[in-house]
Amino acid sequence: MSTYDAIGDEARRPFSGRRARLGDLSLQTVAGLAAAGAVSVLGLIAYKVVQGSRLSLSTFGLGFVRGIGWDPVHNHFGAASFLFGTAVTSIGALLLATPLALGIALFLTELAPRWIRGPVTALVETLAAIPSVVIGLWGIIVLGPVLREHVMPALHSTLGFIPLFGTPSPAGTGIFTAIVVLTIMILPIVSSISRELFLGVPTELKEAALGLGATRWEMVRGVVFPYARGGVAAAMILGLGRAVGEAIAVAQVIGGVDNLIGWNLFNGGNSLAAKIALDYQGATSQLEVSSLFYLALILLVFSLVVNLVAQVVVRRVARRQGLVAR
Amino acid sequence: MSAVELSPLQRPNDRLRRRRAVNRAMEVLAWAAGAIGIAILGVVVWSVTKRGAGQLNLDLFTKAPVPFAIGHVKQGLANAFAGSLVIVGLATAMALPVGILVAIYVNEFAPRAVRNAVGLTLDVLNGVPAIVIAIFVFGLLVAAHGQSGFAGAFALAVLMLPLVARATIEVLALVPGTLREASLGLGVPRWRTTLGIILPQSIGGIVTGAVLAVARVAGETAPLLFTSSIVGNSVGWNPAHALQSVPVAIFELSDSPNPDDHARAWAAALVLLLFILVASLSARWLATRSRRKLGRAAR
Repeated sequence: MSTYDAIGDEARRPFSGRRARLGDLSLQTVAGLAAAGAVSVLGLIAYKVVQGSRLSLSTFGLGFVRGIGWDPVHNHFGAASFLFGTAVTSIGALLLATPLALGIALFLTELAPRWIRGPVTALVETLAAIPSVVIGLWGIIVLGPVLREHVMPALHSTLGFIPLFGTPSPAGTGIFTAIVVLTIMILPIVSSISRELFLGVPTELKEAALGLGATRWEMVRGVVFPYARGGVAAAMILGLGRAVGEAIAVAQVIGGVDNLIGWNLFNGGNSLAAKIALDYQGATSQLEVSSLFYLALILLVFSLVVNLVAQVVVRRVARRQGLVAR
Repeated sequence: MSAVELSPLQRPNDRLRRRRAVNRAMEVLAWAAGAIGIAILGVVVWSVTKRGAGQLNLDLFTKAPVPFAIGHVKQGLANAFAGSLVIVGLATAMALPVGILVAIYVNEFAPRAVRNAVGLTLDVLNGVPAIVIAIFVFGLLVAAHGQSGFAGAFALAVLMLPLVARATIEVLALVPGTLREASLGLGVPRWRTTLGIILPQSIGGIVTGAVLAVARVAGETAPLLFTSSIVGNSVGWNPAHALQSVPVAIFELSDSPNPDDHARAWAAALVLLLFILVASLSARWLATRSRRKLGRAAR
């Protein structure tokens, strides 16, 4: 018998054998179960939301999406005015936020002196950390009156021939206030993703453009924007998703006016998410509760589509650039 | 310096002047955009500070709200602070271990296809609006069992899970492969390599992710509206009952016609904002520190 054999199996390979295999297996099982759980939460969300909206689905069918009335008294419900409010507020916010965000991203990557880049980046990203209920509180009490006293009358008197800028509402709340609040909320999302995309543009390309005599703006338009186009689109999609899903801040400032579809941005309105938030205690009939679930179902489907599309775009851009995005 | 002879193309002309003017205008616009971004943050933080600071006193944390108060009654939001503490603590206790385990599975055990699928699911879950999560938990727990702090914590945990898991996946991927190989090469089994070598290496990043996730959900209102909002004014610590929380209190007070209520809403908002800013900043600091440490290990 050699010395090697004399050493017990345990001593020779202290971690081998059944105990190690058991340990590996149990960690793998527990971790695998956690992952399976995380994945199934998404399925469970979809299942529960569909289940909750079944009554409304069978009563109104797809016509729910086109129906304008939300009428608890006659037990008739339709989502059209909320879809309209959601579309107007989030698209308006995206239109305002995108150029501003691209400007901030350009400032941070091309123009700003190096020593202020870090702090300004951190500050803009801090904006994303402010809770929506605080932005909403600020929106009602500070922003609303300013818009009502100054911005809305000014827009109405100069651009009043466009139906969007009709008679200002006596309250500071409404679609327009919601657009401004949402703009503030999606600005940091779009700008921080764009900033990272702009940073990823190869320096050689930029220097080549400058070397050919392009001005800095021509370099940005000819090199930076085309290079980052796909990613900026994804950033906009993610910003849109955030704006559509925002319930609290919008609920605080949009005025909560149901069943109104009109072009005047200064009117009150309501959005899908805000309607759900505002009715959290007020739903009386089963059909109304089920219709709120139906609104949530529309939001869920939209958010799934938005995120899948954004992910596909991001992955394609990342593969093309040979770098890992985000 | 004498002027160098310029060719006609190099000489300043209208076209060049116009191109330069456009360039200048665009630069000014970009500077303005940067300034606006900072100004928005400044205005919001300043409003909250100005209106909240005067109301900040010990009563806010120690006294419960008094309903239908006439005149200046000493009242606070103690019930909201207590409830937020319980709900967010419970949510963290639920989401943190699961999130870390998901990340361990994705990083150490999952085949590539599964890894991508779980990653995509986490991203999609992260994109589900908070109000939909609220409706989901309402249908899952509240419809049958009524509101409770536990239901609220579960809703927040669903929001936290993708944040914690994503952050942990990213930091686990930063651990140098050589460390793993060295451990496995010494005959240490996989589970001990993971729990004893890889997790301790990345603990800084995991804590950062957890702190950011806590900061994010501490301000969430929507998930709590449906799960833990129908409450009295007494201070409660038992998550089996519905508990008030800071964001829900701000939401309700902001809607009130009474200026005294607004004042308390601003004070609560200031506390919430301070908490979130301090948490995010310290998380950022932790992140740079742990990255530096990992960088050293890689060398």
